[in-house]
Parts: sequence; structure tokens; C-alpha cells
Amino acid sequence: MPWTKLQVEREEPAFDENAGDNVRKLDFGTALLEAQDQALARDPRVFVMGQGVNDPNGAFGTTNALYKKYGLERVFDTPLNEESTIGIALGAAMAGMRPVVVHNRPDFLLMAMDQIVNHAAKWSYMFAGQVPLPVVIRSCVGRGWGSAAQHSQTVHGLFHHVPGLKIVLPSTAYDAKGLLISSIADNNPVLFFEQRWLYKHQSHVPEYVYAVPFGQAAVKRKGKDVTVVAVSHMVIESLRAADELAAEGIDVEVIDPRTIRPLDIETILASVRKTGRLVVADLAWTTGGFAAEVVAVVTERAFHGLKCAPRRVAFPDLPTPAGYTLEQAFYPGAKDIKKAVLEMVRPSEKV
Amino acid sequence: MTNKDCAPFPNPELTAAAAADFLTRMLMIRRAELKIEELYPLEQMKTPVHLSLGQEAVSAGVCMHLNRDDAVFSNHRSHGHYLAKGGSLKELIAELYCRETGCSKGRGGSMHVIAKDAGHWGSSSIVAGATPHAVGAALAFQMQKKNAVAVCFLGDGACEQGVFFESMNWAALKKVPVVFVIENNFYSVSSHISVREVNEFLYKRAWAFDIPSFRVDGMNPLDVYASAAEAVEHARSGKGPFVVEYVLQRWRMHVGPGDPNAALYRAPEELQAGYQRDPIKEFVEHVLTAGILKEQEIAQISSRVDGEVEEAFVFAQNSPLPDGGDLAKFLFVD
Repeated sequence: MPWTKLQVEREEPAFDENAGDNVRKLDFGTALLEAQDQALARDPRVFVMGQGVNDPNGAFGTTNALYKKYGLERVFDTPLNEESTIGIALGAAMAGMRPVVVHNRPDFLLMAMDQIVNHAAKWSYMFAGQVPLPVVIRSCVGRGWGSAAQHSQTVHGLFHHVPGLKIVLPSTAYDAKGLLISSIADNNPVLFFEQRWLYKHQSHVPEYVYAVPFGQAAVKRKGKDVTVVAVSHMVIESLRAADELAAEGIDVEVIDPRTIRPLDIETILASVRKTGRLVVADLAWTTGGFAAEVVAVVTERAFHGLKCAPRRVAFPDLPTPAGYTLEQAFYPGAKDIKKAVLEMVRPSEKV
Repeated sequence: MTNKDCAPFPNPELTAAAAADFLTRMLMIRRAELKIEELYPLEQMKTPVHLSLGQEAVSAGVCMHLNRDDAVFSNHRSHGHYLAKGGSLKELIAELYCRETGCSKGRGGSMHVIAKDAGHWGSSSIVAGATPHAVGAALAFQMQKKNAVAVCFLGDGACEQGVFFESMNWAALKKVPVVFVIENNFYSVSSHISVREVNEFLYKRAWAFDIPSFRVDGMNPLDVYASAAEAVEHARSGKGPFVVEYVLQRWRMHVGPGDPNAALYRAPEELQAGYQRDPIKEFVEHVLTAGILKEQEIAQISSRVDGEVEEAFVFAQNSPLPDGGDLAKFLFVD
């Protein structure tokens, strides 16, 4: 089988900004393109479908070239039938195919909630593991330029509640490729959430086919004072905050779980037991979300290792506004993470 | 119910073997469900049963034209589809008894049956939920250049769901080998179609997508057999999807044995006129009159089916129950 012998890479190779031409660099979007390209080349069962995948922009540049290379039989546009499109992917997977479905926005996944939650997530369990469902559902989170309430939601929290789904949130080009390969290789439904702002970020991406395994967090920066668990674009914000805090003598450990289902809780617990402080930075609403879940589990399992109450840095419980002054007020970032850390480490100081 | 608009079909040429096969499938559904109904009050089958008594001709008549490699998708009223497609009777009954030997190992119950090897690919109890799965499977058959077709059984209620319209759009657009088999028994639980829809002629919905369709008397096994042959052949020969609406009578209430409240939700004229036509009786009369099968052959089929039903219940009742320690098994496929 094409997916049983993959090079599994647990750690992202160190990337030196000054390495120049000696290291191959790709941006996040091109890394996704390459992962799909290699999957299509490797396995005739793989196909890619979604609204506008073969239009000139092709899902933000991540699919158009594929249609040119593999033709409309394997890379094709779909009707605006979100619910049935997911159902069709499931049916095709039941018949032995390995579909990748592309949605421009996670907001649109809500129209396919029935197929994702009532069907994809249940199929293995209901039928006692008899039916593999290797379906990857990609979607790209929007932000800014007045995208507003229905074009900028990150809905991983809604799906996170549901057993039976695997949920991936890459933050680097390297992880984007390796995690997408793992997603396509997986025999279960995978929700793959991209963030539009990550697309311009570059990192070292090897040319060969490699898999970044699910359920293994990446420690993006080692530190001893505070643990910051962050996903997707919040990893970038956390690393910025950590740089600034380092200048103030505060040593922050940044952990990127990369997949929230399965979640590498052990790496998080070990870090919190070391630092005694936890901040979770999420790309979604505060209430009932991924950040809340991490805080709950850490509190249950490492309560006595905590020096102070954990903190969530996440979206306010509001729809996303369109206006840019309101957007600025809405989105948390490096400064909010920094503030949360400072309030923990130096509670007597007014930040 | 009304037979208005039902397309006429000349009686199909049935060989003795085909007639015996068809009759066996219908009888298997009938006798198994009568037995389920008889034993259900003992509360040993702890799963909601949606009986298809009265609707046997459609399950059997459609599946008569399908091969093992053809895929059937079904719904909450799944027993008939499962058995007609060749699913194991023992495993079905064991599933109703929630046993580890059930077709879904006691994880699915009556509404989630599967017989992968026989080509019954699973059933969804979300109304119309499996319609896109059938299109997806058919799309895969097309990509894989297989000569297989996918069939989705759905009820009149499912025809109200948006995803069915989406699925027809997809099927027509990609011209995939799928047959939507609508079993219109006119009731969603106890709500008559007239309070749910302005147009009870469900086959017309296909018109919007240029999908050929017809309405057929689903209580007439010969019409079912002939119409299904045409629909399946259409899909198999690469001409794209087909929609068949079978007009049917559901003999029992929506879920569970009997229909104690029939008089409270069915119109009096409906209860008298033609209510509980028996497709199996009509079929037997036909094959005897036409000299296709003899009395003795029918008696043999009947007693063989009865024997298998008895055996299946004994198997189920004596099968082990799933262990609570295995609760977390099967969330994912390895």
C-alpha cells in the first residue's frame, strides 16, 4: 500500500534563516500543493474536489496546478452542495477512494454538519470498524479585510466536541505538508484547518514525501517559566510574544499540538509540571473551546503542579466584526499573550 | 395511497429459478419480520424496529437485478434491503438482539445494518443521509471503470430533504450509475404526505435534473421487477442516474410491532380500500397461474425460509453480548 511506508518525522528540522540557498524553502500554500501533488502521483485512489479547485486561483494557489497536471477526472470543481459533497466523499471512500475535499472557508462546513457529525464521525463505530473512511476535509480560515461573521470563523471547536474525527491545525509549511500527507494516509475522516495568514510564511520543506504523525506536539521553543499552548496562527503570535518576554527575562515554552484530536496531552502536562503556569492561545471563541478543554484537562491532571490559575487567550464570545478598528479589538495576538504571561509571572505589577 | 400516474409494465418473463429466488427474498423479509414482531414484546430485542412488512416486493424486486459488486445504501427501515441484497439473516437477528455476532457487532442496532460482502454498504437513520453516499460510490465506480451500480433506498420523507436534491444534482451532473429508489408509503411516522408536500408525485422531482424517472405500483411485484430492470440497466449501461418512485403501503406503524393507532391517523376510506394488499400473495397467484412454479415448490421455499428464520433466532439468542470493556473499540479504523 502506498501509505504504509512513509518516512515519519517527529521534529521539524532546525531552520536557519541565514542558510540561504542551501535549504529548500517553501511557503505554506505551496507546501500544501506539493503534499497533494505527491499524494496524487503516488496513489491513483486519491482525488481532489471542491468549489473552484481548478479556477485560476485554485483554493489560494493550492490546487490549480494539480488540475493541469492530473486532469479534471482527479481534480475537479463541485456544485455549491456542501452537504452532499461531503457525503459523496464518504461514499467514494467507502468504495475505496481517498478523497480530499477543499472548502474555501470553514464557515461552509457548517452546511455539511450532518454528513460530518452524524455520518463521518459515526461510521466506524456504528459498523464496528468494518468501513474505512479515508476522507480529508481541508478548509481555510479567513481573517481581516472585513471578512466579517460568516467568512472568518474557525470552527474546530465545534467538531472537537465530536468523537470520531481527527482534527489538524498546522502552523508551519513543514507541518502543513507532513500533516496533509498523514491526513491522506489516514483511514479515518480528518478535518484539516488552514489559516489564510499562514500562507505567506515559509519554512524548510523537504522535497521527499514525509509524514508528520498525529498526536505529537511540537515544542516550538523551550522555556522554564510559562507554558504557552497555541494552535495554527496563534503559534506565530506566541513565538513573537515569547521573543519579547525573553527580552524581559521571562522564559516561555511554546507548544504547538499540531493536532487537537488526537491531542498530545502528555507533552503539555510535562511542560506545565515544569513551568507551573499555563496559557492556551486559541484561534476561536473562548467559551467551550479547545482552550477551555486544555485548561480543564491540565487542571484535572496537573492541579498540584500549577502555581497559578491557567489562562485562555482566545476570541471574545462575539461574531467577528467587519470594520477594521473592531477587528483589531476582536483578534487577540502577541500582546494579549504577553499580557497574560506577565500577569502570571509578575502578578504584583500592573501590566 | 393512490396509484395515479403509475406506469404500466408488461409482465416480465420469469424463469422458474428467478421466480423462486424472488419469492424466497420476499418471504425471508416477511417471515423474519413477523417473527420479530411476535417476539418484540418480550423486550429482548432492545432496539427500535422499523418494519417493512407490506413493502417486501420493492426490496426484493430491485435487488433481484443487482450483483454482489453493486452497492446498496439504505435507511432506518433497513431489514428488507439488507436481506434482499443477501445479508446474513443470522447476523441481522443477532444485531437486533445487540449481540457481538451481529452484523454491526451490536454497535449499530436495527437502524445501522451492513453486509459488506453481500454489497449492502450500510444504512443511515438520518433521513436521506445515505443519498450522497450512493452518489459517491457511483462516482468511484465510474473512476475505477467498474461496471457496478449504486442503489439508494429512500422514503417519501427523505424526498423533503435538501441533500436529496443536492445528490440528484451531483448524480446528473457527473452522470454516475446510481438509482434512487423512493419507497413512497405516504407517511412520515403518522404525518400524511398531504400535510408535508404540495406534490405527492415524487418521481417528478427528477425532472428538474433531467433524470429519467417513473412511478410504479410497488405492491405489484411484477411491475417492481420489470421497472427495476429498466432503471438498473439504464444506470449500468452508462446513461446516468435513474429515479423510481414505488407507491407502497406500510402495513405497520412507523416503528415497532402492529399499528394500534391506524384508525387515528389513516383516513377511513384508506383503511378499507386496498389497504394491506399483499404483494407476496399476488406473486404466488401469478406464478401458479402462469405455471412458473408449482404448489409443491412454493411449499418447499416456504418451509426452508421458516427453518432459516427459526435457526437465526436461536443463533441470535445464544450469541454472546458485547463486553462493556470493549466500549471504546471501533471509534477509528486502524
